[in-house]
Amino acid sequence: MSLKRKDLTGIASLSPDEIMLILETADSFKEVTGREIKKVPALRGKTVVNFFFEPSTRTRTSFELAAKRLSADVINFSPSSSSVVKGETLLDTARNIEAMQADIIVLRHPAAGAAETLARGVKSSVINAGDGWHEHPTQALLDLYTLREKGLAFKGLRVAIVGDIAHSRVARSNIFALTKLGAEIRAVGPPTMIPACLDKLGVRVYHRMDEALRGVDVIMMLRLQLERQGRALFPTIREYARLYGLTAERLKLAEPGALVMHPGPINRGVEIAPEVADSFSSVILDQVTNGVAVRMGVLYLLSGAN
Amino acid sequence: MTILIRGGHVIDPGRVNGPADVLIENGKIVQVGQNLAAPSRSQTAAARTIDATGKLVLPGFVDLHVHLREPGFEYKETIQTGTASAAAGGFTSVCCMPNTNPVNDNQSVTEFILDQARAAGNAHVFPVGAITKGSEGKELAEIGDLRRAGCVAISDDGQPVMNSLVMRRAMEYALAFDLPVIDHCEDLHLSEGGCMNEGLVSTQLGLQGIPAAAEDVMVARNLSLAELTGARLHLAHVSTAGSVRMVREAKARGIRVTAEACPHHFSLTEEAVRDFNTLAKMNPPLRTWQDVQAIKEGLRDGTIDAIATDHAPHAQQEKQLEFAHAPNGIVGLETALPLTLALVEEGVLSLEAAVAKLTTDPAKAFSLSKGTLAPGADADVAVVDAQRQWEVDPSRFRSKSKNTPFAGWKVKGLVTATILAGKVVYESA
Amino acid sequence: MIAREEHANRKHEKPIMDAHEVARALTRIAHEILERNKGIRGTALVGIRTGGVHLAHRLAKRIQEIEQGSVPIGELDITLYRDDLALRKDQPVLRKTSVPFDITDLKIVLVDDVLFTGRTIRAAMDGLIDLGRPAEIQLAVLVDRGHRQLPIKATYIGKNIPTSQDENIHVFLEEEGEEDRVVIINGGAP
Repeated sequence: MSLKRKDLTGIASLSPDEIMLILETADSFKEVTGREIKKVPALRGKTVVNFFFEPSTRTRTSFELAAKRLSADVINFSPSSSSVVKGETLLDTARNIEAMQADIIVLRHPAAGAAETLARGVKSSVINAGDGWHEHPTQALLDLYTLREKGLAFKGLRVAIVGDIAHSRVARSNIFALTKLGAEIRAVGPPTMIPACLDKLGVRVYHRMDEALRGVDVIMMLRLQLERQGRALFPTIREYARLYGLTAERLKLAEPGALVMHPGPINRGVEIAPEVADSFSSVILDQVTNGVAVRMGVLYLLSGAN
Repeated sequence: MTILIRGGHVIDPGRVNGPADVLIENGKIVQVGQNLAAPSRSQTAAARTIDATGKLVLPGFVDLHVHLREPGFEYKETIQTGTASAAAGGFTSVCCMPNTNPVNDNQSVTEFILDQARAAGNAHVFPVGAITKGSEGKELAEIGDLRRAGCVAISDDGQPVMNSLVMRRAMEYALAFDLPVIDHCEDLHLSEGGCMNEGLVSTQLGLQGIPAAAEDVMVARNLSLAELTGARLHLAHVSTAGSVRMVREAKARGIRVTAEACPHHFSLTEEAVRDFNTLAKMNPPLRTWQDVQAIKEGLRDGTIDAIATDHAPHAQQEKQLEFAHAPNGIVGLETALPLTLALVEEGVLSLEAAVAKLTTDPAKAFSLSKGTLAPGADADVAVVDAQRQWEVDPSRFRSKSKNTPFAGWKVKGLVTATILAGKVVYESA
Repeated sequence: MIAREEHANRKHEKPIMDAHEVARALTRIAHEILERNKGIRGTALVGIRTGGVHLAHRLAKRIQEIEQGSVPIGELDITLYRDDLALRKDQPVLRKTSVPFDITDLKIVLVDDVLFTGRTIRAAMDGLIDLGRPAEIQLAVLVDRGHRQLPIKATYIGKNIPTSQDENIHVFLEEEGEEDRVVIINGGAP
């Protein structure tokens, strides 16, 4: 089979087979990234535009490296986020990019739905690198890849996702992906961080960390947006860390050998204790390495002539 | 000018419902009855007979809630284009909201609107004045002056009055003029940053939701204040099951409250937003299936008095913004009739009740002497082919803006002619 | 995909080699490899996915039987080096390349089932060279059907089979659940 779509705007629209195809394709690129010469000519002559309306060194670098290792030409374009506020429409934006003759546009944007809107407006392929709180599909794919690489089967896998689910695109994409593949998901956080009707997505909602971690195979910690302290979602960082921080003690509640994941960057000592982040259970650095291979896979699969 | 509308089925809610002719002279309804004599050319200089065989002959519709955008936002709509849109939708009376620039919070803006409306000559325009100066929610506008200049109600639509004391004073003060006080019920703290209904779809799309409670708490507040002050309260665009329930209860207890619902709130749910469709972005947002059912029930049992469009034109480039940044609202005047008739088809309303929601009932809510075919009334008439199917094509709208989520819908019920004070202002091709 | 379509058109097959002939050809190639390279020291086999991989394993087995020593085997997926990637609408499925040894300074025998235009071999050589700098690259194929579009020549050939452009050669192998054989399939309308 092949990926018969122009864009990757979210996990929600992917079938389980398409998800598995992407992961299997990434296997080939994981091999390439292990070589002395980490480069293949597959995207020679193609242009990839990294279009980032939000600063994100990690994701942008990962996509840039992925594109370069496929021999594509890469342009990094980071308009100020003020141009979003100024009301330049996405269509104007799209026209600018088309003029650059981009084959693939990697879009990071603060507004949910921006990637879908852009994809409808341009002939180029669009890859969503994070749109508001909506989706961050390549992050979820690299998380899945990492789990699979560690020998875990998705069906029946017990995964706890801890933190601000309501405002997390990473959580959304992972929930969509893991439920499609038959995993059992527990969402953990204070009710202020659990979005409406989450249970209707096939997720079990917990408000007590200890209860939720019991017997899980994987713990995905989300990054706490520290600026949400006080007014909105939680009273203080201190209290949040006490109630929802992953400590070595809490980790013992999970299955022996349970994996700890985090999309980065970590607030050490807040959502995750330093000894846990650096422990054998942590696969946080594997996630980063696999990110490049997975993004190479996605770029390759979407690089067909449009 | 004499017009005889012959051979149609006349519905003048509460008065006539059956085959009849309508005779119009000098801008007034003269007679409604069977087999009226055709005006002869010898009698009057200009005479015309309209054949309404197989059609409905209705009072021109009354819309309690439109945004004509002028002054200030003429790129979206003008009084000329907005009233032309009204005429194309069978509306002969429209109440325009004060959130223009400048805000209609003083006599001169009201007079400007009325002058423009007279010049356009497409519809009767009834301005709604602001409750507070600049709709800032702080100091009361000169409501007496607004009344004298021609405002028929007051509202801070789009900028709801959050301060309950200010709202209390507005209601009390408006009592002196027997003016209805309209509120767009939205707790701005609860809705802050929200751009669609809070629920399953907002969770899936990662868009910030507006809970139904943001409307409900303000409906509750306003009903309490109406009870306290005895004022005439009118609730704009009711969208939640909770609102309907509270209004029903308040009416039963004798509180002076009227309510309107918009066609989009009984025709669509939050599902319409699913592909980040900004054309389905509005405030109050499209809600759930349960809310839609509650609104239909409210229309059926009379809890909701009127169907109003909340006609809210926006330019194409504005609706092309990212969902969160795109403005709220849709153009509604030219699709209201078929969406209302769909309720008849569905068995929610009788045909006469549906017509009443567009004519007599809204007129009564704002004490307008409109929406009737009684002899002596202004000859405002809509001739409707209720069986005619058509496809909604925004490019054919009279409105300057084309923002509708109903494009491509196959609907039933077409306005074939609109008569305003005895003058034909619209005829379908 | 192509294999499946051809499968459906089995009635237009013309047999070229049977299981015995395939086996004999491979035995001969194994001997030729040993002879040319004077043993197996410093030599490795790299099969081109998918058919070439199976043949490489068979050759290695024969070489081991003859020389009592093992020869390293790699598996190469050439998809990423194809020269038509940019033209395709949907990208082909990748299979993993696995060459678990350093090829630098080794004599590499590329193994494939059919040599046709030479484009696959060009891609394979590019792919190999990205993995290191071999001392020499040789090419072993079961069938050479002609019609080269690039200046490429096989070092070891099981059988030369003259074909016309609209014919297809298909190699069926046990490893894929078929009886070993080579057939020619008429590409014209049935």
